[in-house]
Amino acid sequence: MGSKKRNPILWAIWLFASLGLAIWLSLQLVDEQAPKTAFIPGPMTHGHHQIEMQCSVCHGDGFDSETVLQNACVDCHGEQLEEAQDSHPKSKFTDPRNADRLANVDARLCVSCHVEHRPELDVGMGVTLPMDMCAHCHEDIEKDRPSHEGMGFDTCANAGCHNFHDNRALYEDFLLAHADEPWLKQPAQQPPRNLLARQMSDADLVALMKGKGSPPETVETPEHWDGNAHAQAGVECTACHGGGDDWVDSPEPLQCATCHEPESESFLEGRHGMRLAQGLSPMTPAQSVLNMHVEASHRELTCISCHGAHEFDTQAAAVDSCIGCHNDEHSNEYLRSPHHDLWKQEKRGELPPGSGVTCATCHMPREEKHDEIFVQHNQSLTMRPVEKMARPVCLQCHSLEFSLDALADPHLLENNFNGKPETHVPSIDMAVDRDKARDNRKGPY
Amino acid sequence: MQHVMKRNVTILMASAISALMLTGCGEEKAAPSGGIEPKVYTDSLFAVMKADRTNYTKMIIGRLGPAGADSIKPHEYWEDLENGAPLPAQMFRYGAEAVSEMTSDFTYSLQSLWPINAQNAPKTDLEKEGLQFIVDNPGKNFYGEEKLGDTTYYTAVYPDVAVAAPCVACHNNHKDSPKTDFEMGDVMGGVVIRVPM
Repeated sequence: MGSKKRNPILWAIWLFASLGLAIWLSLQLVDEQAPKTAFIPGPMTHGHHQIEMQCSVCHGDGFDSETVLQNACVDCHGEQLEEAQDSHPKSKFTDPRNADRLANVDARLCVSCHVEHRPELDVGMGVTLPMDMCAHCHEDIEKDRPSHEGMGFDTCANAGCHNFHDNRALYEDFLLAHADEPWLKQPAQQPPRNLLARQMSDADLVALMKGKGSPPETVETPEHWDGNAHAQAGVECTACHGGGDDWVDSPEPLQCATCHEPESESFLEGRHGMRLAQGLSPMTPAQSVLNMHVEASHRELTCISCHGAHEFDTQAAAVDSCIGCHNDEHSNEYLRSPHHDLWKQEKRGELPPGSGVTCATCHMPREEKHDEIFVQHNQSLTMRPVEKMARPVCLQCHSLEFSLDALADPHLLENNFNGKPETHVPSIDMAVDRDKARDNRKGPY
Repeated sequence: MQHVMKRNVTILMASAISALMLTGCGEEKAAPSGGIEPKVYTDSLFAVMKADRTNYTKMIIGRLGPAGADSIKPHEYWEDLENGAPLPAQMFRYGAEAVSEMTSDFTYSLQSLWPINAQNAPKTDLEKEGLQFIVDNPGKNFYGEEKLGDTTYYTAVYPDVAVAAPCVACHNNHKDSPKTDFEMGDVMGGVVIRVPM
């Protein structure tokens, strides 16, 4: 008798529990902002954890094909790979003659090497394959390059000599062209920014700067307005805040993109802006996997986090804004580094503009395109593998040999380049030796 | 040579051309009954490739490069030069890569027994046989079948001949070239075209 009475109660509990679970899971799926922790098969890597709740960014709406996943990779990373003159593009592997190679590593798909949700498999740089995978296709490399005989295949990509994708600073002719440089070039300066001239040469932008309508009468000129870059360029309040009935006290995070499109685009591609790019709330230091200052935990990362709402002080944005949040050894050691000494001297007027080396000098390098200088705002672009930084950053002031050696020295990376490299990357020596052995038959480069 | 073919193998062309024939003016028409012999198909593809390749070499590289107006600099790392232009072999490869983005109905590549880039040496048994055949038999093409992965391919190999002075000069002087005595008219390599059966 007892069991007959208990059964309906148990059934009811089971029914309500199942219904509750179904509703909870459904709400996670329906509500775009809801955390989808129940559906995530494992933690994301450091590259994607900011957007782990936006499953559809990578998986599409239906989780239905590897093509969707591959297209998602290309949507975000394809342009960068193209600019990097990718050494191993998909097209290298689609020829049927590579069918046997694809059986080892299906290099047509990004996820063959970059597995997500399995951070424990990461062997560095977001790669989840053994570091000796180059052997699959290049096992007889010593026939072409006798100098490589005896080298382990696990050293190809982690000794400063080769990268799978980006070899713009590492290919043989480039090594030869930069073989005999002094470790420090003279003058050791980065090119001056020309943002103001660029903006003022565009009539449409100048019209936007003037804004429309008037600000409300109650609005007062902000404390730091006079003398700032916007005031000097003639930017009106209404250009950013809107005029008349359209006035907003706090413009949207991406308002700056109206006039600063290239900077904004690259900001959204980096780890600072990738949440905003996916329609999520701005990144905060609390969400980072890096060491951050506790007091900065809840700051939101938008343009004004670094540039200020009305200060637009590029000097502060180049150093103070960074170390205001970042609290790792490399960031903290910067203040004791020779690079920082140069920056202090530049700020005191003892060195010409562009002589100082700030956080932004290295992580937001100035790029020259068609005689115009753009500041790259994707600070993640040259971080991994670190040799990517040699050409756009280090080479502005240093030789290629010094740059590759310094970037390959883990101690120097930690102490923010306080000292000379203790490691030596032999790639330039090997290129020069090979060139001599072949009667200096250099190409036309 | 057993692979030099006179076979009656035909393939149905699931290409854009037949698709257009099927859907012209919004009316479905019967699919054409026959097909194109694979040899005719690959021969036709090669004719277009050869014409474009020769024209680029003669009209662009020959006319604007160092031997002409010297206004462009053909170079392997042309992207690093303001006035750089891709070498003819690279231009050919870019075409093959662009085609692979559009269709998998055929693939093609430029290979050689004396490649500057070792990855462009013949790799499959049929490639090795074909490349050797076109060198040993000037003016002749090579045709065969091979199974790669799970797919059987109709594979044709066509001679790539030195048609302009820059071809010979560049290959003879490149430090990675295994052969340095090419002459005009020599077979320097071969175009390999594959069609899945």
